[in-house]
Amino acid sequence: MSLLSPPLRWLAFFACLAATPPLLRLFGVDGGGAVQIGALNDIGIYLILALSLNIILGYAGLFHMGHTAFFAVGAYASAILNTSHGWPILQTMPVAGLLAAFFALLVAGPIIRLRGDYLLVVTIGVVEIVRIVLLNNVFDLTGGANGISGISRAEIFGLRLTTPADLFYLIWAFAGLTVILCSLLENSRFGRALKYIKQDEVAAAGCGINISLYKIQAFVLGAFWAGMAGTLLAVKMRLVDPESFTFSQSVMLFAIVILGGSGSIAGVVLGSFLLIGLQEIFRDFSQARMLAFGAAMVIMMVFRPQGLIPARRRRYDLRGLTGVFPRALGRRGGAEGT
Amino acid sequence: MSLLALRNLFKTFSGLVAVAGISLEVEEKAIVGLIGPNGAGKTTVFNLITGNSRPDSGEIIFDRRPITGLPTHSIVRLGIARTFQNIRLFQEMSVLENVLSGCHCRMRAGLFSSLFRPPSQRREERAAVERAMRELAFAGLDERHADPAGSLSYGNQRLLEIARALASDPRFLILDEPAGGMNDQETADLMGLIAAIQARGVTVLLIEHDMNLVMKICDKVIVLEYGAVIAEGTPAQVKGNPQVIDAYLGSDG
Repeated sequence: MSLLSPPLRWLAFFACLAATPPLLRLFGVDGGGAVQIGALNDIGIYLILALSLNIILGYAGLFHMGHTAFFAVGAYASAILNTSHGWPILQTMPVAGLLAAFFALLVAGPIIRLRGDYLLVVTIGVVEIVRIVLLNNVFDLTGGANGISGISRAEIFGLRLTTPADLFYLIWAFAGLTVILCSLLENSRFGRALKYIKQDEVAAAGCGINISLYKIQAFVLGAFWAGMAGTLLAVKMRLVDPESFTFSQSVMLFAIVILGGSGSIAGVVLGSFLLIGLQEIFRDFSQARMLAFGAAMVIMMVFRPQGLIPARRRRYDLRGLTGVFPRALGRRGGAEGT
Repeated sequence: MSLLALRNLFKTFSGLVAVAGISLEVEEKAIVGLIGPNGAGKTTVFNLITGNSRPDSGEIIFDRRPITGLPTHSIVRLGIARTFQNIRLFQEMSVLENVLSGCHCRMRAGLFSSLFRPPSQRREERAAVERAMRELAFAGLDERHADPAGSLSYGNQRLLEIARALASDPRFLILDEPAGGMNDQETADLMGLIAAIQARGVTVLLIEHDMNLVMKICDKVIVLEYGAVIAEGTPAQVKGNPQVIDAYLGSDG
């Protein structure tokens, strides 16, 4: 069906992306394509967030609609460390991730046993609590409604990242790394365990999987990555404020994963481009946009609930393992109904 | 020496007594049948052994150590695997991945070795796939390895559940109505499979309504009624027990 093997397809995809800024400049797009590149940067950050949510929602099947809470913790951690303590912004990234992960661990303990809809409601509560805490300047750290401004520019090896194109390469390199790590995770004992839990918890426990432990690990890992995406937001905006972390963004992330294809990396990439990209393109029609968005959701859930690019069953390398083992019975296969 | 012993187990569900003081023993490498009318508490006994529910009182001893109240995943690791009365496969995943889930408890790779793929992780993964294929062949399902589990026939889904349970390398295998929904040919094959499992040195405890199967392959039969043991012995002894006949056919009063 396709000409390229999956790794090559990803390589081609990222190569095309990397060529975009010079091409925009070459064809003399207004302002060197700053607007278009800015939109791609937004898509990149959302893609990283959506992939981290995919670990929790797509693989483990936990209905988590509060992912922006972890994004916010990471972004504020970076902003505070940079503006008040003078840390170079990119060096705050691991700390931002760890703080978000720690926050997730605190939250996850009591709620991880909740099922489906109950978990959904609680996680919505978490994202609201975080936003209101930020807004009310609790601990006198977050700057209230104004947020924190004056974040310094990022530097890599003495190179200052100033233009949108500079940020583009930073963000999309991180997005590429995220894609690689997610696909390694997906095809491992850890990733399989999450998928078993999603399909049937009782059967998964019966296979020796510690359900709560795996759910918490998925939650904390997803939060860690979202926290690091928060640093990228701080780098890009050079300002963080509570309005960047609203409930509607959590819903948007949730929709990217579900519409794109739960548990499917390619699906999440497509979902990010469609939902965030189209949002940029139709910025002038913001009212009609939500209408179209809602209609698309309904149509998708009715006709293609598994998402635009559903997760595929993994193929295993079985060389030397077929037809060699003894059978207790005859072969049982061949023709049968359904 | 018995491999599994239940001592005076009690379990009630909001006032309803499901298990009323059951004590029983399962000898190592035996095939033991647990029979009784519907609602006698057979599946509840299974759920208590595997940690799916906790007894109100009483003790469960496996291989000389108490396992009462341990979580299911720890019990599986100790060597007790099960199948379910209402088949619980990972329907959308491949046949092979279903069996791989059984290997989970014998593997070690955590989050970090999943991400960084050291040689030990790759060896372990390969060994797990090999074990899974071995168990699939044992059950005669190896040619179906790439198909989604939900596409198998009912009888084959039951066999796949057994293969998954065997992949966890159990010493003790619990089968909840393994012949449920099977035709005569499939049931005959199943009996051969259970005998082969016993020959591997695995102890088997099973619930089954197919009396022909129970009488033919079980070394010992335990009969439950109203959550208590009313008879136990060899198939022949149990078949002639007037209390058992009464429980199954009802007395004319």
